[in-house]
Amino acid sequence: MWNYERRLQYPVNITRPNAKIAKIIMTQYGGPDGEISASMRYLSQRYSMPYRKVAGLLTDIGTEELAHMEMIAAIVRQLTKGLSADELEAAGFAPYYVDHTAGIWPQAAGGIPFNACEFQSKGDAITDLFEDMAAEQKARVTYDNILRLVKDPEVCDPIRFLRQREIVHFQRFGEADREDCSK
Amino acid sequence: MMTVNQMNQAQLLHWIDMVSFAVVDITEYLDTHPQDEEALKYFDHYIDLRRSAMRAYADKYGPLTIDTANPENYWTWSAQPLPWEGGNC
Ligand SMILES: [Fe+2]
Repeated sequence: MWNYERRLQYPVNITRPNAKIAKIIMTQYGGPDGEISASMRYLSQRYSMPYRKVAGLLTDIGTEELAHMEMIAAIVRQLTKGLSADELEAAGFAPYYVDHTAGIWPQAAGGIPFNACEFQSKGDAITDLFEDMAAEQKARVTYDNILRLVKDPEVCDPIRFLRQREIVHFQRFGEADREDCSK
Repeated sequence: MMTVNQMNQAQLLHWIDMVSFAVVDITEYLDTHPQDEEALKYFDHYIDLRRSAMRAYADKYGPLTIDTANPENYWTWSAQPLPWEGGNC
């Protein structure tokens, strides 16, 4: 089970709404390498993970990914809050607006809805751990791309934090693949 | 150094974010290095700081976790700001 903490893992305080970059960053909510994908991947894989310590690592990292999902949603929310329909349309946000208004809904930047086919739970320890290492790299590249496209320092700051976590998790999954964790 | 009781709300929340992050990061490290003595000491240090900061925050500004909720005549848990609201608490 889980307990909720009424704070973000890392603060998000954006004072300049900008629907254009909201549309890009949304991809880390419901896109192919986003945080929903990450959390659902690890939290699903853990049940068949034969090594208790590795199943525990999947649980702890999967839990942190839920906190990342909330940070991305907070960024998108703060970037779109208070904008008029005209402002949203001018930012290219009309196709999203018509279906979701200013609600948070999981989709990729290009509008493709979140889909469980974006991750795998193969039921094989080595296969799943290699998938996880690749997933952390794919998410890291997505954050690198976001940092090339977005210049607002209030947005870049939490994005840099999230990018850094992908690198640490890649490292942890690599360690989980060693013999001393397989006991 | 300032104690948790001397911090204002924004400072205390920032402190909680920092010590809690240390706990999350070292937890994942210990998952793959369960016998690293230095890491175990680091965990002990930061989990204590986190516990006392969480308690201090709940006493002064309301609970961030249900375990530190201590309602007297009003249910403060659901009245706390939601973390995505922004504007620094
Ligand atoms: Fe993440």
